[in-house]
Amino acid sequence: MKISINGVAKDITSTNLAAVLHEAGYGDARVATAVNGHFVPVGQRASCPIEAGDQLEIVAPRQGG
Amino acid sequence: MTAFYGVELPTAFMLGTAQYPSPAILGAAFRESAASVATVSVRREAAGAQAGEGFWRLIRDLGVHVLPNTAGCYSPGEAITTAKMARELFETDWIKLEVIGHSDSLQPDPFGLVEAAASLCRDGFKVFPYTTEDLVLADRLLDAGCEVLMPWGAPIGTGLGLVNPYGLRSLRAQYPDVPMVIDAGLGLPSQAAQAMEMGFDALLLNTAVAKAGDPVAMAVAFAKAIEAGKLARNADPMEPRDMAAPSTPLIGKAFLQ
Repeated sequence: MKISINGVAKDITSTNLAAVLHEAGYGDARVATAVNGHFVPVGQRASCPIEAGDQLEIVAPRQGG
Repeated sequence: MTAFYGVELPTAFMLGTAQYPSPAILGAAFRESAASVATVSVRREAAGAQAGEGFWRLIRDLGVHVLPNTAGCYSPGEAITTAKMARELFETDWIKLEVIGHSDSLQPDPFGLVEAAASLCRDGFKVFPYTTEDLVLADRLLDAGCEVLMPWGAPIGTGLGLVNPYGLRSLRAQYPDVPMVIDAGLGLPSQAAQAMEMGFDALLLNTAVAKAGDPVAMAVAFAKAIEAGKLARNADPMEPRDMAAPSTPLIGKAFLQ
């Protein structure tokens, strides 16, 4: 199914957020996630369903002012 | 030293981490200036990049307090989600809350700022709101649960200094017991000293240091100015007057034709 990861369309087969992160190549990266604008904590990723059309945001620490 | 949400900082210098020529210069600026808080952000990560991990290690090794921001957010919902992601990544309840309302001036959206602040305070965040010198907005932010205010000196990145000293003095006088940080708009150490002389508790800046020809030297200059301004404030400055008053005693002056 097609979803959006950080604004880029991706074809994935996984159906929960934890599995999607693994499938998309994030592995054990230090990232935080939001699905359709809502924050999903690390501990809830495995139980967070992902459906076609969902929009994922995957962020990491960066420089800031 | 003023406490920010119960934390007494060793210095009144909060420094941003963006726009430095290199990570090494960023690190040196922090070490040489003894800045005690580092502001950081969250941004999209590419798969396999591991850029976030490297930056996180750099900041962690500085041994300073970390203050994540919600820079670039234009709505309360966006800022709230960003704050929650930042809390997980940086393992802190502190959040520098930015809800921008005007793209040219980067002026805060006062309505969205209060809405986001109230939600985040209810959720246990310790909110440092990027605000203006507006007294009513300050009141609303305090009612929302904020225990710190961060009024701007001037629009972000301008280096204009304290463009509304009257408004800032009024804000300081109205809420003498609220910890306040001047955030954004400073370009020179003399402006930092001025802010501390006015009674503000700390300063947060980034561009003035990172974009200087020698960021490390400029960070040190700001640190010294902040300390000088704080010492001057505590030393109870004289009141200015319009008429001259000789400092050398007139008594005993030789009478000469």
